Amino acid sequence: MTRAIVSGFLAVLVLAAPLAAGAQDERQFDAKTFTLANGLEVVVIENHRAPIVTQMVWYKVGAADEPRGKTGIAHFLEHLMFKGTKETPPGVFSRIIAQNGGRENAFTTADYTAFFQNVAADRLELVMKLESERMTGLVLNDAVVLPERDVIIEERHTRIDNNPAALLNEQLNTALYLHHPYRNPVIGWEQEMRGLTTDDALTFYHTWYAPNNAVLVVAGDVTVDEVRALAEKYYGPLQAHPVPARHRVGEPPKVAAARLVMKSSRVGEPSWSRNYLAPSYTAGEKQYAYALQVLAEVLGGGSTARLYRTLVLDKGVALDAGAFYNPGALDLTTFGFYATPKKDVPLSDLEAAFEAVIKSVLADGVNAEDVERAKKRMRAQAVYARDSLDGPARIVGAALANGRNLDDVETWPQHIGAVTVDEVNAAARLVIHEDTAVTGVLLPEPTS
Amino acid sequence: MSGIARMIRTLAAAALLACLIAAPASAANKIEEVTSAAGITAWLVEDHSLPVVTMDVSFRGGAALDPADKAGLATLTADLLDEGAGELDSQAYQGRLEDLATSIEFAASEDAMGASLRTITANLAPALDLLRLGLTEPRFDDVAVARVRSQLLAELARNAREPRYIASRLWWRNVYDGHPYAQPVRGTPETIGRITTPDLRSVVHDRFGRDVMIIGVVGDVTADALKSMLDTTFGSLPPHAAAGKVADVTAAAKKPLLLAKLPIPQSVVTFGQPGIKRDDHDWYAAYVVNHILGGGGFSSRLTTEVREKRGLAYSVYSELEPMQHSGVILGGVATQNDRVAQSIDIIRAEWRRMRDSGPTQKELDDAKTYLTGSFPLSLDSTGHIAGILVAIQRDALGIDYLERRKTLIESVTLDDAKRVARRLLDPDKLSFVVVGSPDKLGGAQEVAPNGS
Repeated sequence: MTRAIVSGFLAVLVLAAPLAAGAQDERQFDAKTFTLANGLEVVVIENHRAPIVTQMVWYKVGAADEPRGKTGIAHFLEHLMFKGTKETPPGVFSRIIAQNGGRENAFTTADYTAFFQNVAADRLELVMKLESERMTGLVLNDAVVLPERDVIIEERHTRIDNNPAALLNEQLNTALYLHHPYRNPVIGWEQEMRGLTTDDALTFYHTWYAPNNAVLVVAGDVTVDEVRALAEKYYGPLQAHPVPARHRVGEPPKVAAARLVMKSSRVGEPSWSRNYLAPSYTAGEKQYAYALQVLAEVLGGGSTARLYRTLVLDKGVALDAGAFYNPGALDLTTFGFYATPKKDVPLSDLEAAFEAVIKSVLADGVNAEDVERAKKRMRAQAVYARDSLDGPARIVGAALANGRNLDDVETWPQHIGAVTVDEVNAAARLVIHEDTAVTGVLLPEPTS
Repeated sequence: MSGIARMIRTLAAAALLACLIAAPASAANKIEEVTSAAGITAWLVEDHSLPVVTMDVSFRGGAALDPADKAGLATLTADLLDEGAGELDSQAYQGRLEDLATSIEFAASEDAMGASLRTITANLAPALDLLRLGLTEPRFDDVAVARVRSQLLAELARNAREPRYIASRLWWRNVYDGHPYAQPVRGTPETIGRITTPDLRSVVHDRFGRDVMIIGVVGDVTADALKSMLDTTFGSLPPHAAAGKVADVTAAAKKPLLLAKLPIPQSVVTFGQPGIKRDDHDWYAAYVVNHILGGGGFSSRLTTEVREKRGLAYSVYSELEPMQHSGVILGGVATQNDRVAQSIDIIRAEWRRMRDSGPTQKELDDAKTYLTGSFPLSLDSTGHIAGILVAIQRDALGIDYLERRKTLIESVTLDDAKRVARRLLDPDKLSFVVVGSPDKLGGAQEVAPNGS
């Protein structure tokens, strides 16, 4: 088991897949919500398929809210949240969860930090008690903090430094985001991680962790009334305190394209990507967020999508090609394409073929039939999002942690269904500008 | 109440101490054995709470049946089964899957090949027809074979630089030299290059027999409806598989410590020793002992000593890995280059400590409550349950296994655990492969990352 970070790239996977959610014409999860007097938002997703529950607490703070020079502190604090409270000494939290047959973990992104336990339904009270204690009662000292700092540095080595593609991706973000903190890796820059202290963690904790800056999601075999009673009992007494507004610095206008090339003997196969800044559900020209999801599906959603058909099947310049888009970011997000060039095909041929597709999309628009098929497929996929305990909890929690409202989440299929071909074309023209794109090239270098 | 609910309620009741009054109902009436007119059997858990059906089908016999000079044959075949079948070429087949909002994933492992299908109820019949086509009439068009082969070669080229893949490959080679388990499931550039289309056809012809087929179905379908679908989907498969046999083998490391140097900031280590097969009479005691030593959760001895106390690694684990013809206890850790030797020493010491003294009563009790109590949590989706239905049949655990699982784990005594720790764990047979640039690693035999 791992306490995990979700880097920018992983966030795409985490968010993009479950966001394909929602039934045809009804409220997808039928989630209920209420707010405690101290400001804690509570969401209940009843699911009586099995006598199990998941509790998730989402804090509306992530790596993009870190003080300058302290990259990694949001994720470090996530690890340290397992180090004990006044009531529960270090190590005891996880032991109690395990003794009760529970599974637990946590993850951090640029925008939020979340903690969860999956347990038998009759153990909900126990995990609510434990989780509420650490919302305001965390106790830290160097004896538990310093070994954990070594752990997160090893985590960085595992996830990033040992992986050339992750290293290049990290640097590509700095080219895409000139100023906004999304340019920093969620796990942190190593030289700053090495300097993080117990005080840094506690300061960040006391600034951001509060009932009025959190969302509690309980999904599974419970009722709203049961959750309300337990939430009042355990989270209700916690004191609210003022939390800073999340005002991240904005991006200056982009005027230049960037191209980052990394050659390494640790690379086995070349790969290529091209990224653009894009609106999200909550930033920029957000009315295009749904159309951009359809665009990503039409151009790069699999082996029948336009890029795969053209680059892999028709022109034979690539082994793989696709697109990705994460509308769930709080601020301007990334719309991107990737491809693996076919052996012995010059990268310039691949890029020329890609640009021809894009040129045609921008000039002539996407194929109307492709749009209809993509929409139908996305809406049909929605039912699968309900086929698990914590999938719906994650979708709803991530949205509310970024200040979105429940209705938007519940009616995702209808929003996708309403997207028109014209909107998809307008979205493409809004986002895809080759003169300010960020291109990443990863190349093998023969070993000596 | 849905079928899944009934099944899991039974499990939860069985798993959690003193908290549910209800006597455990029989799990046998939750998992139903369905036999078609033509004699094809599937295990079914009906659940009508969502319009979703998942089917896992598995054929005994996987990559271990591949000829040594054509390692990766099962994998390349599986990768091509959804690339055109019957009248449908690759694009038509893929387009049909997408229009049906259906996924079918064909895959091969050491000991099996199979498919996992998920669809919405309304599309079940046409989805199963695509599965039938993939298993019985794959086209292997030249253009698709060439494309998928080049995709696999690209993946292998990536893997050849990937520290975890390198460490794992070297470990299996070191331990199973001369046996098919030493071969990479996904092949090598040389072996993948040798595979011909007749080879691919022979896999379909020889291996997908009804006598080696196992089926698990979960979701919104009734037993009666499933019966006829089993015949239309699988009735045209040959009654008997014609594939060869794989010999049983005992893991035996040729070298205790191998080092493949790579210029990376963190060394990646794979370690392990001989283990047991799933049908071993000591399986449950071994399962509990391994959980305490290096299993899941933040409380295993390895995690406590390596991660929590010393911050040497983000992740360290050990697991029982049973196969059809052998078994190993396998582990991994990734740690900074200048502390690899220390991490290895700690792992060896913990191995020895568990062998010599076994777990404490408290550790044993905690492990049993975790392993019994957490199991129902993994039964939350149709896909997870379908996988378990196949595994129970594969391992011949009996249709009432889910009901008995708790007792099997709880009946492990401290004496059992100590005896099995002594029988099983052997620090002298524990072999390590290190990939990276470690400092001062005494006694390591250096090898190239590709094993030469």
